[in-house]
Amino acid sequence: MSEENQRKLVLPGEEIISSLDYLPGKNCFREGNSIYSKKLGTSYTSNRVVSVIPLSGVYLPKEGDMVIGEISDIQSNGWVVNINSVHDAYLPLSGVRGFIDTRKTDLSRVYALGDMIYAKISNLIGGDSIHLSMQDSRARKFTSGRVVNISPAKVPRLIGKEGSMIKLVKDKTGSRISVGQNGVIWFEGGDEERSIELFKLIEEEAHTNGLTDKISGMFKEEKK
Amino acid sequence: MTLKREGNRKPNECRPIVMEVGVVPNSNGSAMVKFGKTTAIAAVYGPRSVYPKWKQRSDRALLNCIYSMLPFSTGERCRPGPSRRSTEISQVITCALAPAIFLEDYPKSVIDVYINIIEANAGTRTTAINAASLALSDAGIAMKDLVAAVAGGVIDGTYVVDLEGKEEDASKCDIPLAYMPRNKQVTLLQMDGDLTPKEASEVIKLNIKTCEQICEKQKQALRKKWEK
Repeated sequence: MSEENQRKLVLPGEEIISSLDYLPGKNCFREGNSIYSKKLGTSYTSNRVVSVIPLSGVYLPKEGDMVIGEISDIQSNGWVVNINSVHDAYLPLSGVRGFIDTRKTDLSRVYALGDMIYAKISNLIGGDSIHLSMQDSRARKFTSGRVVNISPAKVPRLIGKEGSMIKLVKDKTGSRISVGQNGVIWFEGGDEERSIELFKLIEEEAHTNGLTDKISGMFKEEKK
Repeated sequence: MTLKREGNRKPNECRPIVMEVGVVPNSNGSAMVKFGKTTAIAAVYGPRSVYPKWKQRSDRALLNCIYSMLPFSTGERCRPGPSRRSTEISQVITCALAPAIFLEDYPKSVIDVYINIIEANAGTRTTAINAASLALSDAGIAMKDLVAAVAGGVIDGTYVVDLEGKEEDASKCDIPLAYMPRNKQVTLLQMDGDLTPKEASEVIKLNIKTCEQICEKQKQALRKKWEK
């Protein structure tokens, strides 16, 4: 069988390929000679590894992901951050740039309850311990702007191939946008209402082909 | 001997089935399944953190199904809230769905499945399982297969499938069965009534055949939501 990169909609338990020449990748499992999908999603094959990109589901954290979270609790040595995932994340003092003397500084003066931060997932232990870090050039605290949530499964589509889709949205609306892998989007300035419209449109039509072309076509038509 | 059924359906024919995926916008996944005049709405929340904390398992997720019949679902108003019957059915549904889910993929979390019966005319637990299985896959939860379920019985010597209210009273027995078609695994088998071993195995065979057809409908319903 040839390496076809045709994306195909698969359902849980559906056979993707019946061959021992392929390996089950993400969201797939092998039983006997066949590889089956674990989730509702689209299947693709690369380097003889069969994987499925899910179409729905809650955010499952991955090391190195940039996420947007809300400070939900302050503890003696760090902050608890709600990142819209199965478990809350923890931002320890060691994850913050610079030295903070806990005896002299109130931690809420650094990040207060309800603050939104853009942080990197630095460490994952045992599935429920998610550690964040602000030691990344992209990480920051949001002091203004707006936040919307979309389904985390649709984030790759919103970003597009090498950021093509998000670049298009930024160009056309003039908003400054930060996208968290957990489906939280922060944006400010430009045509904010238009940005929300586009986010929702991309979320709804994430599984269709040629979406970037469709949206850029939409703008071209408007110009006429 | 021919058995007269409502709507002129054949003994091996289900009631008209309607399946819809994604009916509860605030949930992670949801589905509505209708078998004639029995309607179930299932909504899946999670995987999410477990409270109280001592209930969580470090190696796998918990599956928590809550079945409830709404007060207006029956002819006579039924008392809202958990009852002996609904607690038992919740447990039975949990056991029927658990083998289909990769619970070990979600350690220290819980998957909540809330199933509300908004219209009851026999076969609520099987309709509930059908809806829950659709809702789980809509929620993007890792599963081995879809679960389909149906109940069967014997009326005047005829093997019938998908009993409705009146038929259930006329039938010698009631055998609900849940089934995973890919591996041909039965995940739920209950029986009440009085019948011979031969009758039992015939009804089970008929149920399994019907479950395969129901599973095809489930797949269609899921595809319909995503294929445009």
